[in-house]
Amino acid sequence: MTPGEAFSTGLRAVMPLLLGVAPFGVIYGVVALQSGIPAVAAMAMSTIVFAGSAQFLLAQLVGAGAPILLTAGAVGLINLRHALYSASVAPLLARLPQRWKILLAYLLTDEAYAAAIPHLLADAGGRQPANAHWILFGSGAGLWCGWQISTLAGVLVGTRLPADMELDFALPLTFIAIVVPMISTRALFAAAIAASATAVALAALPYKLGLFLGALAGLAVGSALGRRPA
Amino acid sequence: MTLWGLMLLSGALTFAIRYSFIAAEGHYLPPDRFPRLLPFVPVAALTALTAPELMLVGGAVELGTGNSRLWAGVVAIAVAAIGRSTLLTIASGFLALFLLQRI
Repeated sequence: MTPGEAFSTGLRAVMPLLLGVAPFGVIYGVVALQSGIPAVAAMAMSTIVFAGSAQFLLAQLVGAGAPILLTAGAVGLINLRHALYSASVAPLLARLPQRWKILLAYLLTDEAYAAAIPHLLADAGGRQPANAHWILFGSGAGLWCGWQISTLAGVLVGTRLPADMELDFALPLTFIAIVVPMISTRALFAAAIAASATAVALAALPYKLGLFLGALAGLAVGSALGRRPA
Repeated sequence: MTLWGLMLLSGALTFAIRYSFIAAEGHYLPPDRFPRLLPFVPVAALTALTAPELMLVGGAVELGTGNSRLWAGVVAIAVAAIGRSTLLTIASGFLALFLLQRI
């Protein structure tokens, strides 16, 4: 793949997720204004923090007047799962210049990672795709633009947009479309079951820790089974 | 002013988490078990993200027929397993949700 083809592969892969992300961006913009955050700061948060669920929490805690260090700590906990994505793509980016690593780390969200990962895996012959970083850049840049535009729409147009259209269901559906074809072994299947069950059982934990612990449970179960000789 | 400080702090923390393993790659030797965990990250992380969206309604586990998102998700999983097409999976999930909400 040329860099251009790789970029457009990532960009196309993230498009269905934008359908689900857009309503969240709009709602975030509205919630931020309602919490007393000025429009300029609400927009700046989307570029500086660039993390959907963390921004919702930030807006709520700012509105409630929570202490700064507690609020920043909560943002860190919510985003812990991104460390898993970092570990997952790190081997692919090892030889890139520092500026690429910084750019792709900044753009590494749930959606950008999910959209790119099926295209980043080695083929049957064990070869890594060429220009993997351009695939990640494509999905990351697409998501970034979508998030900024939808935040802006929320800040400018606000509650006049229809909120109850079920468009957000595009997110779980796209994740299903990405994950299900990846489940090719018993160990991967067991990892999916363990991750789902744990995340659902621990859903009441604050700061989305249930998602992080669910992912860890999936890793533990999958690798324990995966070690057995086939 | 404190708002901007808080945003910069949160942004720096978020970036540090995303950059962590990318920055460390090649600079340290990971424990033996570590490379065996990595192939499970996409499936484990993305199912942990998705399952609560389907199985919880208002924070409580709801596996009955009243949870139309769960059954629309099951339809999408079946379509994804057979067809392996992203657009077909999304379309069938939305169609199932639309129909289930009108039964």
